[in-house]
Amino acid sequence: MSSIDDVMALEAPRPPRRRRLRRSAFLPYALLTPAVIVTLIIVFAPMVEALVTSFYDYVLFRPNAAKFVGFANFVKLFNDPVFWTSLWQTALWIGLTLPLQMSLGLIAALLLNKEFAWRGIARALVIIPWALPSVVIALMWRWIYDPNIGILNDLLLRLDIIRAAVPWLASPDVALYAVIATLTWQGFPFFAVMILAGLQGIPKSQYEAAAIDGASAWRQFRHITLPGIAPILATAGLLRTIWVANSIDVIFVMTGGGPGYSTYTLPLFAFVKARQNLDFGYGSAIAVTFTVILGAVVAVYIARTMREVER
Amino acid sequence: MKRDGFLKRLLTTHIPVALVVLVAIGPFAWMILTSLTPSEAIVAKGVAFSPAGWGADNYVRLLGHTDFLGNMGHSLIVALGTVALGLVVSVTAAYAFSRFRFFGRRVLMLQFLLVNMFPIVLLILPLFTLMRRLGLLDTHLALIIANATVAIPFAVWMLTSYVGAIPKSLDEAAMIDGCSRLQALRRVVLPLALPGIISTGIYIFITSWNEYLYALTLGGRHVRTVTVAIQTLIGEYQIEWGLLAAGGVVGALPVTILFLIVQRRLVGGLTQGAVKG
Repeated sequence: MSSIDDVMALEAPRPPRRRRLRRSAFLPYALLTPAVIVTLIIVFAPMVEALVTSFYDYVLFRPNAAKFVGFANFVKLFNDPVFWTSLWQTALWIGLTLPLQMSLGLIAALLLNKEFAWRGIARALVIIPWALPSVVIALMWRWIYDPNIGILNDLLLRLDIIRAAVPWLASPDVALYAVIATLTWQGFPFFAVMILAGLQGIPKSQYEAAAIDGASAWRQFRHITLPGIAPILATAGLLRTIWVANSIDVIFVMTGGGPGYSTYTLPLFAFVKARQNLDFGYGSAIAVTFTVILGAVVAVYIARTMREVER
Repeated sequence: MKRDGFLKRLLTTHIPVALVVLVAIGPFAWMILTSLTPSEAIVAKGVAFSPAGWGADNYVRLLGHTDFLGNMGHSLIVALGTVALGLVVSVTAAYAFSRFRFFGRRVLMLQFLLVNMFPIVLLILPLFTLMRRLGLLDTHLALIIANATVAIPFAVWMLTSYVGAIPKSLDEAAMIDGCSRLQALRRVVLPLALPGIISTGIYIFITSWNEYLYALTLGGRHVRTVTVAIQTLIGEYQIEWGLLAAGGVVGALPVTILFLIVQRRLVGGLTQGAVKG
């Protein structure tokens, strides 16, 4: 049926084959060139520029007065109390938001993994916070937190949980936690969706076997569910650590870092410095420092992912 | 007996799920209610729960007295531009990563992953000076380029996982039939990867539409996208929650609907590849 042509095809192209081999050795690089060149120009070059700028005293409205100052910006930074406040708040920001997002996501995923009639609709509705623009989320929650006519105070007053209206975003003691609550709300659907995908990969037979052996629901969860979703929890957790650390749009719109410095995180500090004081040298130094710190997390994440790629 | 079962399901499934759904959509639902209540009524009586207190006032003001539709146009141009730039350069890269084993593959893949992890603040300052030098501030191109810093790496990873799922034997068969590599890519792989390409494109569209910091920093009076415009609705002396909520609803609705359409396929790609959410 396909004999002679196939044999010919296999036998004939001996000499051209080598040429094809050489061409195909070159081809992947050609295919990659556009993407690599564009990222070099729009990502890596600017990044190098940020690094260089961090060694300059560079204020945007005095471009001619820019001068090389070595590590002066970094020395100034480490002596800046705002830096240490921001660093501590960044740790708090990640340390609270991430576990909260993950637990809420886990609860949502476990519930949505059950079988019930309106499961499809419930799943679609739960991911809505993920789809909304950060600005809309931030403004929406400012409205909810509004000290005078916001619904949160109204609700809590009616339920007798608080005695007087709380100025959620205007009080230095609670503002950071209020923003963390908002970010938890924004981020939990991501975990829910990822964990749900993991749950569906666990074979039903394992639960059936465990049930026959008389394992309680809790033991089934501990010994089947948790190990089953552990890799996803780790990957999603690392990914979200980076995302949470970087996300400043919600804070910026909700509080702008205030009151005082009470909701500053490191990237927000850098952004505000550059935007309001136009101090690009100092701003870049903060951004570079933050990147180095975050780099540790990124390294772990990348090592993990590349291991999976190799498989 | 049967009632017992129903009660148990109500307590263990229906009510808890309803609570989670309420948490998820409550704030957005609250915003929709706010947008339907006329501004004066919000201050005087609070947000109206029943249709009797509703009106289209805020929407009429939003579309009639502000340039919100124009802003949506700018967002559309920027988002579509980012999708085009992101997909065009990524498709061939994804094909190379999934079909060839070549020297430097690991490093190059790593590069695209790394790019995605860098803080936006690190990029936003040099991009601003770059755009100023090139005279691109306040243009669509500036925002498209800035959004592409996120979109390209994302697209490369997503598409690599989609293309990787298409059996290699198909391109080999096409090549035995006389296609060249590039013909095999165009005639066999692209059509099969199309659903993946479309959902990647839609996701890029959504993130570009929702993007705020670049739009705020690199945009200006001529190119003001929806996300930046919503903030300007806040009013000068008093916060206009009704108008603001209407802007939020109109600005968020198109992408929310898109997101609901692609979410299922997206999750597959997200759990396989490793990308920014």
